[in-house]
Amino acid sequence: MFAEFLQYMLSGLTIGAIYALAGLGFSIIYNASHVINFAQGEFIMIGGMAAATLTASGVPLPLAILMGCGGAMIVGVLVAKFTVERARNASVVTLIIITIGASIFLRGVAELVWGKDFKRLEAFSGETPINILGASMQPQSLWVIGCAAVLIVAIGTFFNRTLTGKAMLATSHNRLAAQLVGINVKRVVLISFALSAALGAMGGAVVAPITFSYTEMGIMLGLKGFTAAVLGGLGNGPGAVAGGLIVGVAEALGAGYISSAYKDAVAFVIILLVLLFMPSGLFGKRGTERV
Amino acid sequence: MVQIAATRTAAAQPINTRLLSLAALAVVIAVLPLALTNNFYLDIAILAGFNAIVCVGLNLLIGYAGQISLGHAGFFGIGAYASGILVTTYGWPPIAALLVGALFVGVLAFLLAKPILRLKGHYLAMATLGIGIIVSIVLRTETGLTGGPDGMMVDSFKIFGLELYGEKTWYWVVGVMLFIAVWLSLNLIDSPVGRALRAVHGSEVAAEVVGVDTTRYKVMVFVVSAVFASVAGSLFAHYTGLITPAKADFFKSIELVTMVVFGGMASTFGAVIGAVVLTVLPQALTVFQDYSQIVLGAILMFTMVFMPKGLLPTIEGLIAQRRRA
Repeated sequence: MFAEFLQYMLSGLTIGAIYALAGLGFSIIYNASHVINFAQGEFIMIGGMAAATLTASGVPLPLAILMGCGGAMIVGVLVAKFTVERARNASVVTLIIITIGASIFLRGVAELVWGKDFKRLEAFSGETPINILGASMQPQSLWVIGCAAVLIVAIGTFFNRTLTGKAMLATSHNRLAAQLVGINVKRVVLISFALSAALGAMGGAVVAPITFSYTEMGIMLGLKGFTAAVLGGLGNGPGAVAGGLIVGVAEALGAGYISSAYKDAVAFVIILLVLLFMPSGLFGKRGTERV
Repeated sequence: MVQIAATRTAAAQPINTRLLSLAALAVVIAVLPLALTNNFYLDIAILAGFNAIVCVGLNLLIGYAGQISLGHAGFFGIGAYASGILVTTYGWPPIAALLVGALFVGVLAFLLAKPILRLKGHYLAMATLGIGIIVSIVLRTETGLTGGPDGMMVDSFKIFGLELYGEKTWYWVVGVMLFIAVWLSLNLIDSPVGRALRAVHGSEVAAEVVGVDTTRYKVMVFVVSAVFASVAGSLFAHYTGLITPAKADFFKSIELVTMVVFGGMASTFGAVIGAVVLTVLPQALTVFQDYSQIVLGAILMFTMVFMPKGLLPTIEGLIAQRRRA
């Protein structure tokens, strides 16, 4: 009974960690540019596909992951530079369509480069399950949760301790004021895309041994990441992380106790209920509109 | 009714221009079959017509009320499956199934609208996206009722002993429906409701201050656009004879929004043109084979970057500029 519950919790936290990374990516970009980047899931896909295909052709795993992250960062910067930056004053819907266009484009390129079939990546440290109080856990889950934790702490430190990080926070609070004190806000937007891309790609690489890699792997992961970001209050980094874990755990519990067929619906039911009662998410500030 | 002078100039068209453009639409619909020499072309025109009907409704919501919906394919799907299930499984008359589907979607949209339309911008996008995805997951999962991911067959549309059959017949059905949709939409835009909506789009708070009941109008437009989608979905189900949950999923919703924005927000004919172009485009892009996705993505990105207002308003702007010069 308890072992079963623990089992669901563990698998929920594993997938929740990936949602948290994706959600954090949404938040970082939203803060810097007020854009919801629907290509976030494609960064995850790039990380997963690069790791799987590069290791298959003999590149050592750590190098393959780094190359995936680097590639995703370049793609992220290009997306920011050639689309988002040029459409600064466009409406919310227009910007959403631009990033969706980018995601279709990236999936198309990925299909051309890597093909449509599923790619397998070996688990990082074997597949002997670890027994925790009667629940069994794949070692890869520990990798996922561990990597996500390290990345989240690193991002937190970056925003609170480094000059660039503080400049990015300042931009999110007040773009014009930040510009006036000499912060290069255009660079901030580019850095935000690079950071989010790296986070996504890293997440994609560590989760690939569990989910397989394929060019459409980013679609649902990206949408759930968006859910996580909204659940935590858009632009709220720690909120997005909490949102991701909540969505992951709720999904696993829902699949275990209610219906596995409706697993993918759980996240969206939660977000609807939350939005109905708390229109700014769980941890979002209440905003007032200036006229 | 409060008049909002500033918003009047934005889109209110004199009555005669409206009649003229309606007449132009009628002529295009009537003449087009001469150019569509085979059933394949007719089929694409019919599909474009279905999309256009949904987009004309959606444009009222996005372009005039300034609200995003990333879940309208859900309403299209409910309409389609209402017809599919009631007619094919339970033997209802198609017109009754269509009306019941539309009524159901209308009531559903009405119940959802109030809490949802309180949300702003991205939160509204999230909520509508969620509704659409939940609908498509239900359609995919309730296999006993819907046939699951493989979809279900739908009987043909029969009314007064007549069976609608073949591309030629359906072309006229869709053409007439599209004409009605455009006519309704233009009327709505030119009515006090339309003025109130434009005020909502301009500044919701300012509109409230001068006494416009913004929530009521937003709810109304949400319901109207959902019903347009449902009716189109019902007819679509009878036309194709096979419906799948993919017709209700996230990508279909995105496709619809893209058509509206691509053609030109706050322009009824822009929505029609957007629907036609983006229905024909993927067919045309099949010549690029493996590259078609890439080309489609690139076209979306760059038209929106360089023409953020959409196709028709940009062209109209260029013409106006030339005239002044």
